[in-house]
Amino acid sequence: MPKIDGIKKVLVIGSGPIIIGQAAEFDYAGTQACRSLHEEGVEVVLINSNPATIMTDKEIADEVYIEPLTVEALKEVIIKEKPDSILPTLGGQAGLNLAMEIAETGFLEEHGVKLIGTTALTIKKAEDRLMFKETMEKIGEPCAASLVVNDVPTGEAFAAKIGYPVVLRPAYTLGGSGGGIAHNVMELREILENGLRLSRVGEVLVERCIAGWKEIEYEVMRDSNGNCITVCNMENIDPVGVHTGDSIVVAPSQTLSDKEYQMLRTSALNIIDELGITGGCNVQYALNPDSFEYCVIEVNPRVSRSSALASKATGYPIAKVAAKIALGYTLDEIKNAITHKTYASFEPALDYCVVKIPRLPFDKFISAKRTLTTQMKATGEVMAIANNFEAGLMKAIRSLEQHVDSLLSYDFTSLTDEELLEELAVVDDCRIWKIAEGLRRHIAPAKMHEITKIDLWFIDKLKLIVEMETSLKNKPLTKELLAEAKRMDFPDSVIAQLSGKTEEEVKGLRNEYDIHAAFKMVDTCAAEFEASTPYYYSVYGSFNEALETSDRKKVLVLGSGPIRIGQGIEFDFCSVHSTWAFEKQGYETIIINNNPETVSTDFDIADKLYFEPLTEEDVEEIVNFEKPDGAVVQFGGQTAIKLTQALMKMGVPILGTKAEDVDAAEDRELFDKILEDCEIPRAKGQTVFTVDEALAAAHELGYPVLVRPSYVLGGQGMQIAVSDEDIVEFMNIINRIKQDHPILVDKYLMGKEIEVDAVCDGDDILIPGIMEHIERAGIHSGDSISVYPAKSISQKIEDMIVDYTIKLARSLHVKGLINIQFIAYEGQVYVIEVNPRSSRTVPYISKVTGIPIVDLATKVITGSKIRDLGYEPGLQKKSEYYAIKMPVFSFEKIRGADISLGPEMKSTGECLGISKNFDEALYKAFIGSGIRLPKHKQIIMTVADREKEASVDIARRFEALGYKVYASRGTAKVYRDHGINAIQVNKIGQEAPTLLDLILEHKIDLVIDIPANGIEHARDGFLIRRYAIETGVHCLTSLDTAHALISSLEHAFNSSQLSVVDIAKIDKR
Amino acid sequence: MKAYLILEDGTVFNGTSIGSTREVISEIVFNTSMTGYLEILTDPSYAGQAVTMTYPLIGNYGICYKDCESKKAWPDGYIVRELSRIPSNFRSEDTIVKFLEDNDIPGISGVDTRALTKILREKGTMNGMITTKEYDNLDEVLPKIKEYTVSGVVKKVSCTEKEVLKGDGPKVALLDFGAKRNIANSLNKRGCEVTIYPCDTKAEDIIATNPDGIMLSNGPGDPKECTEIIKEIKKLYDTEIPIFAICLGHQLMALATGADTHKMKYGHRGANHPVKDLSTSKVYISSQNHGYVVDESTLNPEVAEPAFINVNDGTNEGLAYKNKKIFTVQFHPEACAGPQDTAFLFDRFIDMMKEDA
Repeated sequence: MPKIDGIKKVLVIGSGPIIIGQAAEFDYAGTQACRSLHEEGVEVVLINSNPATIMTDKEIADEVYIEPLTVEALKEVIIKEKPDSILPTLGGQAGLNLAMEIAETGFLEEHGVKLIGTTALTIKKAEDRLMFKETMEKIGEPCAASLVVNDVPTGEAFAAKIGYPVVLRPAYTLGGSGGGIAHNVMELREILENGLRLSRVGEVLVERCIAGWKEIEYEVMRDSNGNCITVCNMENIDPVGVHTGDSIVVAPSQTLSDKEYQMLRTSALNIIDELGITGGCNVQYALNPDSFEYCVIEVNPRVSRSSALASKATGYPIAKVAAKIALGYTLDEIKNAITHKTYASFEPALDYCVVKIPRLPFDKFISAKRTLTTQMKATGEVMAIANNFEAGLMKAIRSLEQHVDSLLSYDFTSLTDEELLEELAVVDDCRIWKIAEGLRRHIAPAKMHEITKIDLWFIDKLKLIVEMETSLKNKPLTKELLAEAKRMDFPDSVIAQLSGKTEEEVKGLRNEYDIHAAFKMVDTCAAEFEASTPYYYSVYGSFNEALETSDRKKVLVLGSGPIRIGQGIEFDFCSVHSTWAFEKQGYETIIINNNPETVSTDFDIADKLYFEPLTEEDVEEIVNFEKPDGAVVQFGGQTAIKLTQALMKMGVPILGTKAEDVDAAEDRELFDKILEDCEIPRAKGQTVFTVDEALAAAHELGYPVLVRPSYVLGGQGMQIAVSDEDIVEFMNIINRIKQDHPILVDKYLMGKEIEVDAVCDGDDILIPGIMEHIERAGIHSGDSISVYPAKSISQKIEDMIVDYTIKLARSLHVKGLINIQFIAYEGQVYVIEVNPRSSRTVPYISKVTGIPIVDLATKVITGSKIRDLGYEPGLQKKSEYYAIKMPVFSFEKIRGADISLGPEMKSTGECLGISKNFDEALYKAFIGSGIRLPKHKQIIMTVADREKEASVDIARRFEALGYKVYASRGTAKVYRDHGINAIQVNKIGQEAPTLLDLILEHKIDLVIDIPANGIEHARDGFLIRRYAIETGVHCLTSLDTAHALISSLEHAFNSSQLSVVDIAKIDKR
Repeated sequence: MKAYLILEDGTVFNGTSIGSTREVISEIVFNTSMTGYLEILTDPSYAGQAVTMTYPLIGNYGICYKDCESKKAWPDGYIVRELSRIPSNFRSEDTIVKFLEDNDIPGISGVDTRALTKILREKGTMNGMITTKEYDNLDEVLPKIKEYTVSGVVKKVSCTEKEVLKGDGPKVALLDFGAKRNIANSLNKRGCEVTIYPCDTKAEDIIATNPDGIMLSNGPGDPKECTEIIKEIKKLYDTEIPIFAICLGHQLMALATGADTHKMKYGHRGANHPVKDLSTSKVYISSQNHGYVVDESTLNPEVAEPAFINVNDGTNEGLAYKNKKIFTVQFHPEACAGPQDTAFLFDRFIDMMKEDA
């Protein structure tokens, strides 16, 4: 029961689609908070546009609205559900901004709705730059000299006064969007202009640059009685200047004495007290490394990425406690869920070292700048726990799944010493590898500290690792040396490589010397009290304390690692649901994962949680101890699938579809055989290894062709080639990383793409629904707008799809989930690819059909039959709702990335539009993804020749809605020929005003730029798209998307009210 | 050099010798603070004990002599997981290895301190030996280890000469039972003139100086051992002089006024203990270091009532004396190491003295 009277029904605002700066951490926080509210008997209404989240499950909230996070939609939900309170601090910056926006309209008072947890005034004090500064001055907490400016000249004048470099921080943006460090007036103008535009309130803070100072964070909690505690502090290895989301971070701080630690702790408590926060809060500091001088950088009066990290690092569930505090409980009344002996007012004591490394998307955006700034770029992160820093770092590195496993993984040996030192000054994601190279060359740590400002303590730790590399290379691999290498958590593979042995030999030696991982518990209290929650991490050279458990059957659920483009939160959704389903069937569940942002790594999801890298060796150590009865890999994305062979070698049965059948779906020849047997056509294709083979294949098939590596997720490295030149370029890119499997070259068919997720019990197949893509084939399915139920396919095509799905699932002996992508082309259905595992679309289809797909798949895996579970096999009846999944991109965060869509996935997240009316569903999906039109009613269209005619209709319809259409010369001519009053604009480089000038004037709503196929070597299109994105102008690169958009705008033009749908009430029909 | 930690229950931990190589038998306790190793090493309350640090990385920021809580290191031994090879902090003057050597503290590193802590938690505080000698036959040493008791430590750690810290404010007589420096500093910083007295100073001598207030400090060992001191404290109690007592001082005042103390299973040592002020229900995080506790059931309600309790285990953390200007706390408002949340108690004491004046 809430302690505050009158709280019975709480509206929780989620954070919307996953974008850079706002990832799975809010699903974790939101899910935990909703469960915490439920525990107290509160009815929970949820609004979040992101369908891949666990929080939007009907098991988590009572009423679930997957609606755009706009004031309009929120008002509709409030009118319909009449909640008495809103908890605004769980949905990240997006949720907080929305709550503030609606609070400012006075709507909440009118409807008797209160903000709980934290008041609007508190949020303003923390978020509004000026109010924040005044508040800090009032309590004597220092901030860097700064000024809030609304225009560029004021900023220039202030910067001139305080001196360059200066930091620029736009108000009310997430992940530091649009911020940066300006070293001179030119840079200042550029960043400031951009920042003013991105800020919701047109404000940017110009601030004294304290780059190079230590960046320290404190996670603090406060209750309504004014009780304050710190959950933990964290030290960024990368000094101030790199966004904390892009920094390597350790917890607790390592280089602060008690005096500094307590000085900042006391400051953090003073701040949270003065702001009057009730709940969790993050305070970031810059600490002068040569004195006690410090500055408060910022305060986040809500749960955050850092709070998720702190929760996982300490075992202290911040969101859960924050929710209880919002209901009026005080810290000393809330039990510590790990010890059940202590209370939430006990500050966690760590007896281990936590290392977090960001997962940066530069493998996806090859053209992007790798430099790290105050603008966050990471899509996700990994965390490792160890009892020394070296081991924490080594474990975190190999958790990244970026082809890195040690400090040797990036090669800088070809640089001269001078070049290396120059490179060190570049702040990018390779810095620790460059320092390691410097250490190998005996460059003085002090010199590298001078350049990087990374604390000498951390550099010395890197040195210890480098020294171990040398020892392994030069000394005999004695028991002592091996034990020491394992203490630092060198993986066997690296030890083998350095010592000239095979991995098997190293493993053999470890068995001989009995050097194995021991598991220790994260217990919030450094072993002072007995803890009952089995949340474990591995260490070497210690006593094991993990407990042998029950005689129940044990299942290992492999998680999906860090969030990255192509493998997002949807796989965490699947992992968690499958864990719950196993539990319901009496299994003991064990999760292995390394992503601190996720629900799956919450300590109370599985019976046991191992916070570990997902590599063969790390998993094997756990397997040897736990001896699971089986492992399930089909829910954890490619990360888990990759471990299939290794698990079988360890003797762990793979539950569900067998490994050889998974292989058959990926192996070109085996799969062709199956297709032949089933009489299912596919686009012609060949497998190749070399450029020459690829060219030969392309010539035989005829351009355009699709080129891609096998065994990848998110179409990584997949491209459409239209020329020999393209083939050479793509093959070289793919072969930059050694390929264990052949590369596929297929004839490219430009048809309608269709996708199916199905559950197969070995005999019967249940197909919840068929989805079609708005964009034609050639754009990655994850980047396409997906429509359920498919709207434009004939009965004949539908029948063929159902028939093929059944045939494929049976011939691959699928037990569990299968995802198939088809192309409908000229009345025929072709198979593009088959994935005998969960997919990106599973969460959304589960929600809109009311069919719990993962739950069913798990039950099928453990032996149930679809019919016994109460389902009639075959294609299920269509839902009465259209559900449209819209991809969401984070291009504005990644300088220099090409935004044009193609076969390689680029979106970071997705949102849903749901309605009985197709156009309304489309409209909601577009506004949910942030495309909110009209503003200035002006658009630019530049269309490749082959599509010019096809684009006429779109231009005409925009004109009919009152838009002014600007177009490049050729495009404008075609439009004018069709009677559209298009205005011709010059190309870049021609006489002003050019396309770019128009974009930079901030008067354009939308750019529709349809590039020619293949890698575009003309920089014009690339520049237009980049400028559009960086100035906040929406940019579409597919006519199909543009068609959908204009339809949705026409709908919005003709109707005034938005309908909202409670998806918790959708049941299987 | 190899070193061994032998517990009285026969458990042996292997490690590497740090600091002095001298063999030592002591009571083994653990501290869960993540920072403040120097403050802990120089806290006289650890006299007679060997301290295990549960945080595994020790010595990271070196030694800054200004942070010492007394003139030297007091623990009999020091048990850590890992000592940092280099110190890194702008104030660091030395490495912790050098500090341990200079102070002749025998220590052992490379110990699975978490496993050790779990043993102490489950079986209670016990004795142990740190040695560089490998004993094949433990029976040889276990009786000796078991025999050890902490005794006579207050006398050992207390100052022998009076010391005065000048100030314009109230005059405070600080009885040094092993006082951490920051007690005197906290008062002095607030303007008090602090006179530090040896532990065996007679009550009459203190009363004769007519102080505005008396501060009873923290200190090591079993409070009941301090029978002489308790008698003197009773005399101080009988005056009208405001008294503030911390830790051992708090226990001694309780004993002097008829209450009892007992040894806890493994005590409270760390920087994260929540204590609740019973008059306001406010919770503060405190620094703690005690193995004994005042038994609340033995309090005479006419004399004293609980003022603070520990949120976790409900044990007594402070007393308010009836009809007296006396309040005492079990935790450490002077912090060092640890949170400064309860430093306001020094202000409360000063207000009390001013009221009285």
